[in-house]
Amino acid sequence: MSSKVLSIEAVVGSLESGMTLGIGGWGSRRKPMALVRAICRSPITDLTVVTYGGPDVGLLCAAGKVRRLVTAFVTMDSIPLEPHFRQARQSGKIELTEYDEGMFMFGLYAAAHRLPFLPTPVGLGSDVLRINPELKTIRSPYEDGRELVAVPALTMDAALVHMNRADARGNAQYLGPDPYMDDLFAKAADRTYVSCERLVDTEDFAKEGPVQSLLISRAHVTGVVETPNGAHFTDCAPDFGRDEKFQKLYARSAADPAEWAEFSDRFLSGDEAAYQDAVRVWREENR
Amino acid sequence: MNATTHTATRAEVCAAACADLFRGDGEIVAAAVAGFVPMLGSRLARSTFAPDLLTTDGGPALSGEPVPLGASATTVEGWLPFRDHLWLVLNGRRHVVMGPSQIDAHGNTNISCIGEWERPTRQLLGVRGGPGNTLLNPTSYWVPRHSTRVFTGKVDMVSGVGWDRGAHEIRRVVSNLAVLDFDTPDRRMRLRSVHPGVSVADVVAATGFELVVPDEVPETRLPDAEELRIMREELDPKGLREREVPS
Repeated sequence: MSSKVLSIEAVVGSLESGMTLGIGGWGSRRKPMALVRAICRSPITDLTVVTYGGPDVGLLCAAGKVRRLVTAFVTMDSIPLEPHFRQARQSGKIELTEYDEGMFMFGLYAAAHRLPFLPTPVGLGSDVLRINPELKTIRSPYEDGRELVAVPALTMDAALVHMNRADARGNAQYLGPDPYMDDLFAKAADRTYVSCERLVDTEDFAKEGPVQSLLISRAHVTGVVETPNGAHFTDCAPDFGRDEKFQKLYARSAADPAEWAEFSDRFLSGDEAAYQDAVRVWREENR
Repeated sequence: MNATTHTATRAEVCAAACADLFRGDGEIVAAAVAGFVPMLGSRLARSTFAPDLLTTDGGPALSGEPVPLGASATTVEGWLPFRDHLWLVLNGRRHVVMGPSQIDAHGNTNISCIGEWERPTRQLLGVRGGPGNTLLNPTSYWVPRHSTRVFTGKVDMVSGVGWDRGAHEIRRVVSNLAVLDFDTPDRRMRLRSVHPGVSVADVVAATGFELVVPDEVPETRLPDAEELRIMREELDPKGLREREVPS
């Protein structure tokens, strides 16, 4: 039984500039933030990021890592708009492929199942087709003859997802109320890295949740890394909820260059352990 | 005038108007994602005249009973994680209430960005589920601050398709001033009713395109005593609706 357990640095060290990188979670929910923070510290650049965007996108934009973003939205849920993403768009620093949420999901399903595209009517009539001139439509070969959008597969070189539990072989379990699309990301990517709140022995999955909570199979996983509080400050139910206070601090800081410098210096200048320590101290101060 | 004329707040009038959006919808999911008022409206509808409606607690739980704003479901009758919600858009048994940053006379809407899409002056959310919702499901809108900035002649980016672009059904727009619909031959937006205390001129002045205004514009109905009780005592005891629409 081989172990796929890696360090954060080893995962990020295996990524390269110019890659297409999928990021699991949804908005400000169960994002692999520890891995995102590590990418921000790394020399990696020129990424195409494929995700239902949240503060992961904001941090990567702020660090100048994103060449193109493929998404349906960027939001922090309780705070609707993401300041760094807004700045990146408004200053023309990133390219964007903008799909409807369901189109995006079809792109994931297609990539996860090695299909070139999946058909959906969604997108017709809207400006999604205008802003994505590469999108093609296809006509149903059956009697209905309906015109449909052929959503191309959202293939990716690597995907990062954060789960509640995983074992050393790469099986991974979600314990919250929503799997998001993490299994699809895992299947769509050439390589998938799972970060998790806690590594457990395989036999202990059953103590944590029902068999249906085993979302990701080791067949789709290249590496596993244990990152306690690794989704912070996004929601990671039931291990922890979103750190709303910290998210507010992040959003406020991100909207102002001087405050962002201060935030960066305090929280993002060291490694993951330093980040978690700095957050702990900040929490003590702001109880 | 009865007692409720004097006591119903603007937010409560709006919530009752949002409840009315779901009349006749039957056993479908009310996806009232645009804010507290439509969320309250959908749950009010379910508590009163639309008991078959399915509602969520704001998360992936379909609740067994209408849940107070901000609370979690105590009884869960179904599971609707994001992926299944997106498939449900294609299935069609769903009526969504969204919040537009811009809306035009035919109900095209924008939540993506202001200005040129290539380099927006103000980046907003992105299209989210707007293209699919409007193409495949009955869609209504909630606008807590009716203004010419929102009700505009031309939206900068069509994230939600209107009647003239193949929408399934843009049913109504409820704002803090009025209820609007598209019950006109060419599916242009029409003033359906004005809320008590609002004049037709107020609505026309706050709308950046020519609205179809019938000769007689009725007042939006008031919530009845039972509806007020349910909103105040059961579904929104913290008064979150009042934060969204100050009286």
